[in-house]
Amino acid sequence: MLNDFLILMKSELIITVIIFLLLFIKLSKGMKNESLLLMLQLLLLLNFVAGFFLNRSGVLFDGLYKTSPLIFLQKNILNLGVYLISLLFADWLKKSEHMPEFFILMLSALLGMFFMISSGNLLMFFLSLELATIPVAAMANFDLEKKISSEAAMKMILSSAFSSGILLFGISLVYGATGTISFTALPGQLDGSPLQIMAFVFLFAAFAFKLSVVPFHLWTADVYEGSPMATTSFLSVISKGSIAFIFITALYRVFDQMTDTWYNMLMILSIATMIIGNLFALRQQNIKRFLAFSSIAQVGFILVGISSSAPEGITSVVYFILIYVFSNLAAFGVAAVISSATGKENIDDYKGLYKTNKFLCWMLALALFSLAGVPPTAGFFGKLFLLTAGAIKANYMFIGIAALNMIVSLYYYLRVVRAMFMENNEHPIENIKTDPSTKLGLIICGGGIVFTGLLSWIYDHIQSLS
Amino acid sequence: MNLSLFILLPLLTAVIILLLRNARQVKAVALAGASLQFVMSFVLLYLYHSERIKGNVRQMLFEQQYNWFPSWHISYHLGVDGISVAMILLTAFVVIAGVLVSWNVTKMTKEFYFLLILLSMGAYGFFISLDLFLLFFFLEIAVIPKYLLIGIWGSGKKEYSANKLALMLMGGSALVLVGLLGTYFSTPEHTFDLLKLSDVGISPEAQRICFPLLFVGFGVFTAIFPFHTWVPDGHSSAPTAGSMFLAGISMKLGGYGCLRVAVYLMPQGAKEYSTIIIVLSTIAILYGAFATMMQKDLKYMNAYSSVSHCGFVLLGIGMLTRTAMTGAVMQMVSHGLMTALFFAVIGMIYERTHTRNINEMGGLLKVMPFVSTILFLVGLCSLGLPGLSGFVAEMTVFMGSWQNPDPLHRIATIAACLSIVVTAVYILRAIGRVAMGPLKVGYEKLTDATWNEKLAAIILVGGIVAIGTAPFWLNDLITPGTEVIMEKIRLVPEVIK
Repeated sequence: MLNDFLILMKSELIITVIIFLLLFIKLSKGMKNESLLLMLQLLLLLNFVAGFFLNRSGVLFDGLYKTSPLIFLQKNILNLGVYLISLLFADWLKKSEHMPEFFILMLSALLGMFFMISSGNLLMFFLSLELATIPVAAMANFDLEKKISSEAAMKMILSSAFSSGILLFGISLVYGATGTISFTALPGQLDGSPLQIMAFVFLFAAFAFKLSVVPFHLWTADVYEGSPMATTSFLSVISKGSIAFIFITALYRVFDQMTDTWYNMLMILSIATMIIGNLFALRQQNIKRFLAFSSIAQVGFILVGISSSAPEGITSVVYFILIYVFSNLAAFGVAAVISSATGKENIDDYKGLYKTNKFLCWMLALALFSLAGVPPTAGFFGKLFLLTAGAIKANYMFIGIAALNMIVSLYYYLRVVRAMFMENNEHPIENIKTDPSTKLGLIICGGGIVFTGLLSWIYDHIQSLS
Repeated sequence: MNLSLFILLPLLTAVIILLLRNARQVKAVALAGASLQFVMSFVLLYLYHSERIKGNVRQMLFEQQYNWFPSWHISYHLGVDGISVAMILLTAFVVIAGVLVSWNVTKMTKEFYFLLILLSMGAYGFFISLDLFLLFFFLEIAVIPKYLLIGIWGSGKKEYSANKLALMLMGGSALVLVGLLGTYFSTPEHTFDLLKLSDVGISPEAQRICFPLLFVGFGVFTAIFPFHTWVPDGHSSAPTAGSMFLAGISMKLGGYGCLRVAVYLMPQGAKEYSTIIIVLSTIAILYGAFATMMQKDLKYMNAYSSVSHCGFVLLGIGMLTRTAMTGAVMQMVSHGLMTALFFAVIGMIYERTHTRNINEMGGLLKVMPFVSTILFLVGLCSLGLPGLSGFVAEMTVFMGSWQNPDPLHRIATIAACLSIVVTAVYILRAIGRVAMGPLKVGYEKLTDATWNEKLAAIILVGGIVAIGTAPFWLNDLITPGTEVIMEKIRLVPEVIK
């Protein structure tokens, strides 16, 4: 029993240990930021490596908590993301007075996500979702002297509270309609009655809110813009990824009988998300807002994959999120380097950047091409498999709209590339000395972007698990 | 012969270029890589011929297949038939000429050659892949290098043109993508494999939906009317080698895709839509020719005339006879060589006179005899002078078209023939203005072509003359390939309208 407990919950336990360690370090005030960061990077790397071992299926606490090799893989993708964040934003983190707190908050949120992905019960899901959200609101407030940062935190906490309310209401309706909240017992009780559909819609809305699906996306851009870059990237990659994981599990494993209902909902929301996200991204000047809207559009593509309701759907979504971790974090990483060195966050400021910062430019270009889905980057494979999975339903109009949206998104990603490579600027941003760990992070991301797609065994490995 | 070499060699060249530090080494490596490709393409031609002479009648030779994404039934499947060999030869010719004429690029030389070689890798990969996923992968690989080549090294309104080109080509690929997914799910096998799909056959309903998607999608690459608008802007803004690659190779990707994927896999769709294809391509031929007459900029001239000439490719495909289809492939090869040479010459002239406006030039024959002679030659090829490749290809298309007895095909053929007259008008007028007449003031000190330019021109002229004087070897190479496609078209029952 204890053995089971230790092995099945190993990801959560490791993170908890690191959190407590940080707490003690903070209290003793014995370490400089630089050495602490180095230690944390090592710990997170070890945590990531440990995620590959001793993965097996199991259930704990009477079905409250369940895990499987696929869930371990999902958790490990999030681990990888957090490790990359600790590398990429080293510059900003070192300058921060409260670095231990930042990591405590981030890891607590990660812990919440782990429990959320593993939850086997709606109540457990709700609790862990709260754990995954509230620390992030505090993280959004981390640029302590900036007003816009507190504004972002305020917006985030208010709108999250609202969505939690909706979620709870949905859960209580589910309980009222079916008499159970356990994921294993629920499928047997679903018959598609109006009350159940209503309950499902409330649940769905809460998911959609967290994923920032249009029309529940209004909080996204402001929060992204106001938060420090590390928080923004955490929100847009790790947070979104974890929600997408549990969302797809819930739809496929629990609400399987209502496929027809949610397929139509997903399709409409996905089209709206892609179009609105893309159209707003076209007009953004601030790189953070730009990436915020582009990540909304990316969620639209994830929904295309989710809509397939076949095993390929799960595989392609997990695969896409792995790629998304590399590409989006690389983009945020470069933006953060520039922003922390010069304070410039406008796309116009990037003009002529290639003359002074070749490495950063190539990395950003690679990341943007991957986000746009251009081969040979991994994003091409990710997007293509999402669309192929979606096409299993043989709804080619939907797939066609998604494919056309890829062109719109290419247009605005090319805008940044054009600014960096083609346009002239009399006073381009000067050569920036990149922190070595940031450089390492970018190289890992770049390697991931190039090789995750071409090496097909990664996809096959995910396929074998799902 | 191991066909993977055609992908690995450019890839290796590109990687080495990235590692080098100085411009001279970069150029040397790029030239060495391109020459090796050139030699390899001839080796391929030789081996292909000897296999055929030995009596190997398989449809595709030198096949190799490895699983790539087994869960989607995607494989790394390569193989060539006569059409692919012809296209590979064309690519090799254009690549080596393109590398040679860009010898004087000083701005970011390393990146320039890197992108150029990457683009050639996309083209080779496209022509040899027999898996539709792989084919699509290489089709899209070639887009971004074009975008960067135009946007960084181009001239004029380069950012606009680069954007337009990238977006329109991506739009074409999006149509192709949807068409491919439709094809993939239309058979119970769920496969992307070209040969398997052709064996299984695609249901008529699926053909009706997927054929236009695929044909128009690939058609965007080869300037199908009304999606030709990226051609003039893209070509005129691109650097010389960029224009050569665009017109010489990239536009041929579309024609090849139309033939190999759309028509070959969906013969019934091709039959049903052939009227529309013929009408659109005739419009493109005439519209392109008349639009060329109005141009004063040499690059715009050649770009619009490319629209017109590529119309012949689609016309030949749309006519659905063996001769016309062979003519279409010959036109692809011929136009690829010719237009690459034309752009190379325009580049040489522009580098010296710093203008592309034909009204500002005159009498260049006196100071640049070599360049002007090549200009004559390529102009004559463009207007279809016997003995050069243009005549052979266009004549084959016309002969094939005339085999269809009904009025629509006849009218289209006659209209297309008329465009040759228009071509003669604009070509002769342009050459007259540029090369003949009194030498304009200020042009006295201009120098003739340098060694690299001469070499590039001679290589391309060699190809043009070889096709023009001895067309049978190309014809014999292509015909078995088109015959396979025609067999599938003949099998389509007539009753379905």
